[in-house]
Amino acid sequence: MAEVKRITTPLTKEMSRSLKAGDSVLITGTIYSARDAAHKVMTETLARGEKLPMDFTNQIVYYLGPTPAKPGDPIGSAGPTTAGRMDKYTPTMIEQGLSGIIGKGYRSEAVIDSIKKNGVAYMVAIGGAGALIAKSIKAYEVLAYPELGPEALAKLTVVDFPAIVAIDCEGNNYYEEGQKPYCKI
Amino acid sequence: MRTIEVDQITQAIAKMCTDACYYLSEDVYEALVAAGRKEESPLGKEIIGKIVENANISKNEDRPICQDTGMTVVFMEIGQDVHLVGGSLEEAVNAGVAKGYTEGYLRKSVVAEPLFNRKNTTNNTPAILHTSIVPGDKLKIKLAPKGFGSENKSALKMLVPADGVEGLKKVVLDTVKLAGPNACPPMVIGVGVGGTMEKATILAKKALLRSVNKRNEHPDYANLEAELLEMVNKTGVGPQGLGGITTALAVNVEYYPTHIAGLPVAVNINCHATRHAEVEL
Repeated sequence: MAEVKRITTPLTKEMSRSLKAGDSVLITGTIYSARDAAHKVMTETLARGEKLPMDFTNQIVYYLGPTPAKPGDPIGSAGPTTAGRMDKYTPTMIEQGLSGIIGKGYRSEAVIDSIKKNGVAYMVAIGGAGALIAKSIKAYEVLAYPELGPEALAKLTVVDFPAIVAIDCEGNNYYEEGQKPYCKI
Repeated sequence: MRTIEVDQITQAIAKMCTDACYYLSEDVYEALVAAGRKEESPLGKEIIGKIVENANISKNEDRPICQDTGMTVVFMEIGQDVHLVGGSLEEAVNAGVAKGYTEGYLRKSVVAEPLFNRKNTTNNTPAILHTSIVPGDKLKIKLAPKGFGSENKSALKMLVPADGVEGLKKVVLDTVKLAGPNACPPMVIGVGVGGTMEKATILAKKALLRSVNKRNEHPDYANLEAELLEMVNKTGVGPQGLGGITTALAVNVEYYPTHIAGLPVAVNINCHATRHAEVEL
């Protein structure tokens, strides 16, 4: 396995382009959570010619809908949700300047094309390891769409958030590369 | 005749919701530990290690294993000598779900209407309730919070008798390959075969409630379970779909009589956070 790469946000395109499929990364800084409903609202906002609640240039979006925080905690369990559900909205979001995405699972050809064209790193976190991942999240603040509950757009302060690069900006796909040596059927 | 207050059901369901979401059942935990030892991919091994570490944190700190605390599926066997008093059974079940999800800091993931408005019901109700009337004076409740990363990758195929065992294997293989990382492998796979369209899907769900280390009592089906597990673990999907020999921890198959013209096959995929709880009142 490759050594762990430490990255800090904002994630410059120079940095996102240097990440390779299969790399383990630890992310420190600010990342933003949004999932189905927030993506729908944001793309509709853009379609109307209006501005988004924040500037996504060189930012990382994490596909997350956490459990409610227990008293004294910044956040509840906080693992990734299936990225493919955001495929319809992702190229539009990438055009807003995103440099990194964290989720889990396969992406569509259209998303992979957009990742290559715009130098984005698609990273995955361990699905279903929500209690462990929450340990690296130090603060959670809703930025917009509070009415969406766990689906609101929120700002997360993270220290050494663990992820693996699944698809890099050259289109290398670690799902394919990783599975190949073990496929016997 | 034995009388049971429906409030007892509410209290039991509330506790089962949090218990199931916080404490990974022993069978799944042990299967993960064993799989971690056997996994050949270094990254896969590390991922399983993290999944086990996550289960330990959840257990020690009373936290949800996964943020998708699911839609609540309840199977209830009601003894025919039981008289339920104090209110409606369905309302009692939903009151338990609302209490468990609210007081237990679980995520509310249910929308009231699926297509147009999709407004969150804010307390994770309603549950999906399956009841059956059985002999005796006991009431048995099995509860499974079902996450949708894996539920979305499940499938139903109405095969014909000529498709046979090979046809079933192909349905399972195709479903697992299509699910890949999206279903958060290592998966647990429930297969329902026979019955009618809806019966097959309920059997597949029921299969997921069986312990991962218990095989079907029918030897042919027990063999089939072993063959299916070996087959899906050769796909290379591996932990989180990043490659390895642990794509599934178990394949549980349930069957039922069916029509001379049919061979319904349902495959219900579950993630590694296969959560279930059981009580008898």
